[in-house]
Parts: sequence; structure tokens; C-alpha cells
Amino acid sequence: MAPVVPRSGDAIFANVERVNSELFTLTYGAIVRQLLTDLEEVEEVNKQLDQMGYNIGIRLIDEFLAKSNVTRCVDFRETAEVIAKVGFKMFLGVTASVTNWDAEGTCCSLILDDNPLVDFVELPDTCQGLYYCNILSGVVRGALEMVSMKTEITWIRDMLRGDDAFELQVKLLKQVPEEYPYKDDE
Amino acid sequence: MVREVSESCMDSLLTEIVSSYCNRFYANKPELAARRIEAIGYQVGHQLSERYTIERPRFTDHLEAIKFICKDFWSELFKKQIDNLKTNHRDNKFRWLSRMSGDPSEISGAAQDPSTMSENKAAQATGMHLYFPCGIIRGALSTLGIPCAVSADISNLPACSFVVRIKV
Repeated sequence: MAPVVPRSGDAIFANVERVNSELFTLTYGAIVRQLLTDLEEVEEVNKQLDQMGYNIGIRLIDEFLAKSNVTRCVDFRETAEVIAKVGFKMFLGVTASVTNWDAEGTCCSLILDDNPLVDFVELPDTCQGLYYCNILSGVVRGALEMVSMKTEITWIRDMLRGDDAFELQVKLLKQVPEEYPYKDDE
Repeated sequence: MVREVSESCMDSLLTEIVSSYCNRFYANKPELAARRIEAIGYQVGHQLSERYTIERPRFTDHLEAIKFICKDFWSELFKKQIDNLKTNHRDNKFRWLSRMSGDPSEISGAAQDPSTMSENKAAQATGMHLYFPCGIIRGALSTLGIPCAVSADISNLPACSFVVRIKV
């Protein structure tokens, strides 16, 4: 039997159900706006966006694994490339690039030049300190945790704060040994 | 070429915001949670309606506006057709039918069997999800000059009815 070949981000994206990204962008914007009204503190909103992202990421990983045919990544370098080229593409329709590797190969940056979450978005001055796209850091963190990688994720650059790109630093803290994914009592 | 994202992005985002408002921010206050979710939808409907009508002449009457929302606007948004539009001129009530996305058996199971706490939450969540499209419709119509109240009727899943009551 022929080995299962991992599918490219473009191929997967072409085959999934897609929606107008304007609806997505506006919905996300309305959510952030509502959270700012209800939670008041920018730091709290950052925290909740990350938490929401985490909750999404721990589920989205299943769809990713099912559709991408990606088998276990050899190392963290491969993991980062897969997130950037396949993960981002099949969900957000854009690819990221991976740079700034440290010597041990446990820390890198994901760079997004193009980000549907922020189309037509401008932050008012009252939102100092807001990480508008913080849901993304949660999604990556949650997804990686489901494949046994504990990470710390920080924003290095943010286009809504005047930078020229979105740069998300992903640091691998711990890789737990592989466990059987389905517990008997589930 | 219109920019797109995966449908699962939209679904995940909605599921998560409903869950956050119902289980975290306003746990045990479903009416407050519902209002927030509807408000999010309203904002979206308002902005989309403005965008879609920028190059169009104003609508001549309510029915024209509602038909626009039903047809072009709705299918652009949700890539689904509204199946049916019934009007009730005396009460200024319009009823749309739309197929709900997601696994029908899962959704109807949740709505019909409230015997356990977790299933209650699921039923609530199904209803809660719909505050979002209700808000979108209300926001879009309000922006077109038609103040209204919008509610969803899920007694006939997987069909979903949106009832629009125009305020006179």
C-alpha cells in the first residue's frame, strides 16, 4: 500500500468549506469590542482572547490532523514549518514564515505579513496594551499542547501597533513523552 | 477574488464566544449572555449592511429591504439559501426558514432531551448560537431603516425560522 503523503496547505484549503473572510473579520472585531466593553481592562481582554484561542486550538488540532495527513513531526523545526505552511493556510487562508531560530532549535518566530483578522482594523488610542490577535497565540498553544508540546508564546511584532508584520515567538518548554491519545474511561 | 477563511474558523469562533459568555462571563445569567451574543451579531449586521448597500439606491419599501437581506445578503454571508419567506402584513411579521449547519441529529437530540444538566447546557447552547444570526439580521435591517426585533424558532430542527417583527 502506498504511504500516505502529507497534503499541502493550498490543497487542503481548496477542499474545505470556506466562508467570506469579511464575515469572520467583522465577527472577530465585534467580539473584541464587546469584550472590551464587558471586561473593561485591556489585560483581562488579552487574557480571555488567549483562553478562547486555547479552547479553539485544542479542538482545531483534530481537524488539522485529519485533513493534513501529517504524521509525527521529526523535531520542533518541522513542527513550526507545518504550522506555518499547512496550519495557517488551511484555516486562515494565508501562510506564515518561520525565522529567528535559536541555537537549540527550541525557539522560533512565526511571521505573518497578511492576516485576515485585522483587515480594515484600526485600534483607537484607548486600547493601549491590547494584543488584538491574541486569540492566535492561544490557538497555537492549545493545538501544540494536544500533540504533547508545552509552549510559551509571545508577540514580538504587531502591525496594529505600527510594526511591519505580525511576529509570534514560539518557545518549546517541554515535550512530554507520547501517551495513548484515547483514555479508556472516555 | 474574494478573500476566504475556512468555515471551521467561523464555527469555532462562534462556538467559543457562546461558550465563554454562557459558561464563564455570565454563568447562570443566560439572559445577559444572550444579549451580549445578540449585540455582537448586531454589530456585524450593521457593518455588513452598510458595506453591501454603499453602491445601491435606497430601498423603496420594507419588503424590498427584507428580500435583499433574505437573498443576496444572506447567501453572500452564509452560502445558504433562505428557503422560504412568509409575510404577515397585519402583524408586520416575517418568517424565514433556513437550514441550520451542523449535525442535525446532534442538534435535535440536544434540543429534545433536557434530562441531564449537560444536555440542558447543550440545548441552551444551540439556542444561544442563534442569537448571533438574529443579531445580524436585526443589525442589518436597522441600518436599512427598519427597526425590528428578531427571534429564532428551533422547534422544527434542522430547519430554523427567524421571525422578524417590525416596530412601527
